[in-house]
Amino acid sequence: MTLEKLIFYVLAAVVLAAAVMVVTRRNPVHSALFLILAFFASSGIWLLAEAEFLAIVLVLVYVGAVMVLFLFVLMMLDIDIAVLRSGFIKMLPLGVVMAIAMAAELILIVGPGNFGLEKYAAPARHAADYSNTEELGSVLYTVYMYPFEIAAVILLVAIIAAIGLTMRRRTDTKFIDPSTQVVIKKGDDRIRMVSMDAEKG
Amino acid sequence: MIALSDYLILGAILFAISVAGIFINRKNVIVLLMCVELMLLAVNINFVAFSHFLQDTAGQVFVFFILTVAAAEAAIGLAILVVLFRSKRSINVEDMDALKG
Repeated sequence: MTLEKLIFYVLAAVVLAAAVMVVTRRNPVHSALFLILAFFASSGIWLLAEAEFLAIVLVLVYVGAVMVLFLFVLMMLDIDIAVLRSGFIKMLPLGVVMAIAMAAELILIVGPGNFGLEKYAAPARHAADYSNTEELGSVLYTVYMYPFEIAAVILLVAIIAAIGLTMRRRTDTKFIDPSTQVVIKKGDDRIRMVSMDAEKG
Repeated sequence: MIALSDYLILGAILFAISVAGIFINRKNVIVLLMCVELMLLAVNINFVAFSHFLQDTAGQVFVFFILTVAAAEAAIGLAILVVLFRSKRSINVEDMDALKG
């Protein structure tokens, strides 16, 4: 067994173990942290497959942005875990049977018989000065220009949707609008004369 | 050498685990969202493996777009979750029956 293969199997074992922990942990915060571990390990696997740019993007975008957002929302909401876990044991056998059946069917198709080294020989390694980012960028900004721009618009829509959904006007705050403060004029706006009887000793 | 089938089997098992996760965590919306992220990761592993073995960058470009859409999906999904929690004080799927479906 070569070192490369050993690294692959260790990373794959970490990914699968982390995935099992994600779906079985009682506390959703632990699930999120194990999901981060799964992302880190699979970025290592992508490095082995010479997808260096995507491996870095997976860590930066997924671990750095998406999972932080998940953890932020998880810790902001006050969740009653006991209620959410009530059907866990009941559904566990069905879930395990489904997973095993599905994995067995998929492995029958994608196993070594159809996609082994004899059918798909391992490609030659690129030279040391090969840049995956450069190659990806050269097609992304030419052949895939329109999809790239649509992706940018999708992200913009997501930003606006997330802000629009979560923003709310609160009536109970003592916030003062600065623009209404500034337009106040000298005189009636500032002082109000009240006529009242004098207090008697 | 690592065979293409190794990557594909890893992706298949990861996908099966996340399907099982959707079954057993079907009340907790936030864990359901995490299982969907795991499924997307399994699909992305397949894309990267095929891109590597067929020497075609199209697979990696596709993974790039999947990551973009997944980030947008997570952002909107969590925003909906926050709004839902504000109105119902719960993220239990069984409490979401306002449409009487």
